Amino acid sequence: MSDGKPRSFQEIILRLQDYWAAKGCAILQPYDMEVGAGTFHPATTLRALGSRPWAAAYVQPSRRPTDGRYGENPNRLQHYYQYQVLIKPSPPDLQELYLGSLAAIGIDFDYHDIRFVEDDWESPTLGAWGLGWEVWCDGMEVSQFTYFQQVGGHDCRPVSGELTYGLERLAMYVLGIDHVMDMPFNDPDAPIPLKYGDVFRQTEEEYSRWNFDVADTGKLLHFFEAAEAECVRILDHPQVDPRSGKRIIMVHPAYDQCIKASHFFNLLDARGVISVTERQAYIGRVRALAKRCADAFVETNAGGWTGDASAAAE
Amino acid sequence: MPDLLIELFSEEIPARMQADAREALKRRVTDGLVEAGLTYAAARAWSTPRRLVLAVEGLTGRSPDLREERKGPRVDAPEQALEGFLRSTGLTKDQLQARDDKKGQVWIAILEKPGRPAADIVAEVLEATIRNFPWPKSMRWGAGSLRWVRPLQSILCLLSDEAGAEIVPLEVDGIRAGDVTRGHRFMAPAPFRVSGVEDYQAKLKRAFVMLDQDERAAHIWHEATNAAFAQGLELVEDRGLLAEVAGLVEWPVVLMGAIREDFLSLPPEVLQTSMKEHQKFFSVRDPGTGRIVRFVTVANRETPDNGETILHGNGKVLAARLSDAAFFWGNDLAVARAGMADWRAGLEQVTFHGKLGSQADRIARIEALAREIAPLVGADADQAAQAARVAKLDLQSAMVGEFPELQGIMGRYYAEAAGLPPQIAAACEMHYKPLGPSDAVPTEPVSVAVALADKIDTLTGFWAIDEKPTGSKDPFALRRAALGVTRVLLGNGSRISLKDLLFEQLVAKYVTLLSERKVPGSLQDEIVFPLTSFLSDDWSKKGVDLRNRLMEDDARGLIGSKAKDLLSFLHDRLKVHLREQGIRHDVIDACLAMPNSDDLTLLVRRAEALNDVLGTEDGENLVQGFRRANNILTQAEAKDGVEYSFGADPKFAEDPAETALFAALDAAEAAIGPAMQQEDFAAAMAAMAALRGPIDAFFEAVQINADNPILRRNRLNLLHRIRATCRAVADLTRIEGA
Repeated sequence: MSDGKPRSFQEIILRLQDYWAAKGCAILQPYDMEVGAGTFHPATTLRALGSRPWAAAYVQPSRRPTDGRYGENPNRLQHYYQYQVLIKPSPPDLQELYLGSLAAIGIDFDYHDIRFVEDDWESPTLGAWGLGWEVWCDGMEVSQFTYFQQVGGHDCRPVSGELTYGLERLAMYVLGIDHVMDMPFNDPDAPIPLKYGDVFRQTEEEYSRWNFDVADTGKLLHFFEAAEAECVRILDHPQVDPRSGKRIIMVHPAYDQCIKASHFFNLLDARGVISVTERQAYIGRVRALAKRCADAFVETNAGGWTGDASAAAE
Repeated sequence: MPDLLIELFSEEIPARMQADAREALKRRVTDGLVEAGLTYAAARAWSTPRRLVLAVEGLTGRSPDLREERKGPRVDAPEQALEGFLRSTGLTKDQLQARDDKKGQVWIAILEKPGRPAADIVAEVLEATIRNFPWPKSMRWGAGSLRWVRPLQSILCLLSDEAGAEIVPLEVDGIRAGDVTRGHRFMAPAPFRVSGVEDYQAKLKRAFVMLDQDERAAHIWHEATNAAFAQGLELVEDRGLLAEVAGLVEWPVVLMGAIREDFLSLPPEVLQTSMKEHQKFFSVRDPGTGRIVRFVTVANRETPDNGETILHGNGKVLAARLSDAAFFWGNDLAVARAGMADWRAGLEQVTFHGKLGSQADRIARIEALAREIAPLVGADADQAAQAARVAKLDLQSAMVGEFPELQGIMGRYYAEAAGLPPQIAAACEMHYKPLGPSDAVPTEPVSVAVALADKIDTLTGFWAIDEKPTGSKDPFALRRAALGVTRVLLGNGSRISLKDLLFEQLVAKYVTLLSERKVPGSLQDEIVFPLTSFLSDDWSKKGVDLRNRLMEDDARGLIGSKAKDLLSFLHDRLKVHLREQGIRHDVIDACLAMPNSDDLTLLVRRAEALNDVLGTEDGENLVQGFRRANNILTQAEAKDGVEYSFGADPKFAEDPAETALFAALDAAEAAIGPAMQQEDFAAAMAAMAALRGPIDAFFEAVQINADNPILRRNRLNLLHRIRATCRAVADLTRIEGA
């Protein structure tokens, strides 16, 4: 790990990867689907369930169509990166571990004011909630710190500790940048120095236009319903696969459809075609899918199933 | 006498929960100790973001030995009785004593409970307290099952006296109590041992922890006001924010920073709200201009650069936040200058309540009612209607969307920007008032009309759909609305008869509910059923007929009884309000029984006059005289089965005191009638109080139940005059006591 202040966005990401790898986390790669937050990665949502220990860290590109500002707003993006850490059971020194990661990216506690400010986390679409804080550095929210209590309607036993870093915001603060598009993506002294804007300004424009004005709402609605139906259909299959004769519960393929439904809902929302009353109903439909996936996951080996039907029923 | 020190050290406790947690810790532990037979001299609780602390001074070292003798069954009683007794005492037969009793020999159990050392009791009480702590929200962590507000990391529990300190043996879910704590998370993180309460406080201070929340708050307030004063500025007081900020830091360091020039033109309320809500900053005002020009943030540490980096970072976050606010302000002003039509259209899409329609429907109702109320409060009807139309448009503005607490305040700015007259702009803000018992009431007539219309529409609306407050549940803030109506009427001396107004408003609500088929299920039988034959026609086109029908038929009295119920809800709020002003509830009850008590201003004037007169010696004695007269009369009427209400005749007066009472009553009646007519309650009460002397003298001199039936009847009729004369002023039977 290099000393001193990081010089670019990617250096901050690399230092976080090194740090959490050194602390024993499996460094996973982003999930290959559109999600609204790192929490949606099955490495968090599903792995927070059941009794098996888990420790993973990864970058997750995240999409929030309503936050698009055509690349003009200094802080708001419809596509951004989250850094996500999930450790189960939450270790007793998780706060210290977290602070160590801030030190690793060059935040000197002698000069900065770090605070843990109450912020309870809830995801109505995932049927999940937890207690924790938003972490402030000099008044800036740099992370979300949560002890998961429930996911998909299931009590988390043991409890997972989840850390989520909003990478752009955190990096802008560490690097002293005022507009996200001006942030060095790679090293400023690289042969071909690239800024965040060189990589993402055009895509922010393109997606903002598509998200707000062009996306075909009829098709999106159809996609939503198709994903919803497919998720349920997959989970309705019997547990034993007739071809292999093995017990194969297809949780992840079903959960992919849940993720898709959630993203289509976000796109519909950005198009402004969902009324206040409908909103709750759509969120409820996605939550129902997430809940079924969670129910199915705890019936699998990764979800702590031991072959004993009475234990799984708990 | 040892001292007890308890520290529950955890990850960061939400600031808003700390005050209740301190109290709960103190109460539960001290109650538990006392219940177990210990006593103590004093107890204090403190909190920081990371610790809950309790110090109990002068605790007894042991609970006392207890000896109890319990009498059991007779020695020759059946075996089962003896077995039951042994079970309940936990003894064996050979431990019992047989003793002589009146009925023969009985078994006696001697139960001895030796006292226990304080440490054992503390361990038991503290464990129970931790396991059952009343956090508003709690959580589990790791693989454990203990619940705490955030992970509990260590427990310090010490009993100390001159001889030294003793760790109380205690373990909760793997956390063993000790004598070790830690200082400030960053400035002094190393663990250290403590030997007692004083040592703990002193070492914490050296480790950059100010334990006492009140000391932290005072320190912040002092430093912040000084920093402002040094620059000729003043800190905007905010006690709630102060308590919260004091709960976020262990070592408060006050830093003051500038607000960028281009944000200074934002309304001060916007600056203040944004800084407080998002960043927990205090606002600093220039007393000359009234503008907010600086912010104060409270850091949790000292730094080698005296907070420069921290201040710079906070300033940056503030700039980003205020850029958003400035963006909202600019966009909103453009909509406002264009006449706010976009917002008006938007409110048609916003539901106020499923059964009570959209915000636009609600505004239309408030407009009609404001027009009706305007002449009663001295406002121009057209202006009141116009004000009602615009008063809630700011709900659609971006700024109020971001900061709901700025509703009304932004409305005023936007109405001004739209070029509306000042009294209409003012009504946008003032019609929400009063927001609490100590908030000012609107006094400008247009504001008064809209404020009353808004609140009365809300009350009658929710009464119509059976959504009244129950117990502590009042989701639509109806108690506040009712208190608001009361205070606006009283504060302006407005004279409005509420009974008919409430009834008509309820009728109007039912016309709409019926025509939209939205009558709540609970009212189907009472409202819809009686109208079935009428409604079976194509009644939705008969709005006017339905209204008349409801007014006449009153759906079997339901609407009238709802209006009465709502009026008594208002009267209840009034009683609470007046009680705080030192007027007893029975005084109000005495006046409620009088005519026109639905005019709250009149009611209160009467109550105040009565309260004043009851405070005098004459008044107090008059009530006794009245009660005596009333009791004798009531008993006689019950016994004789007649009403003594025929005019008493002075010619049967035997005693001078009796004659004098006749004269006094004549004089009082002559004075009271016109005084009541002119609503001069003080004069009426004075005339009534003047009866005290003659009544007392009369009872002194005369026996009511005379042997002569003519005299008796005449005197009873005279008592009736006393009762009637007083009742013309107030119903003194409602006055309690004495």
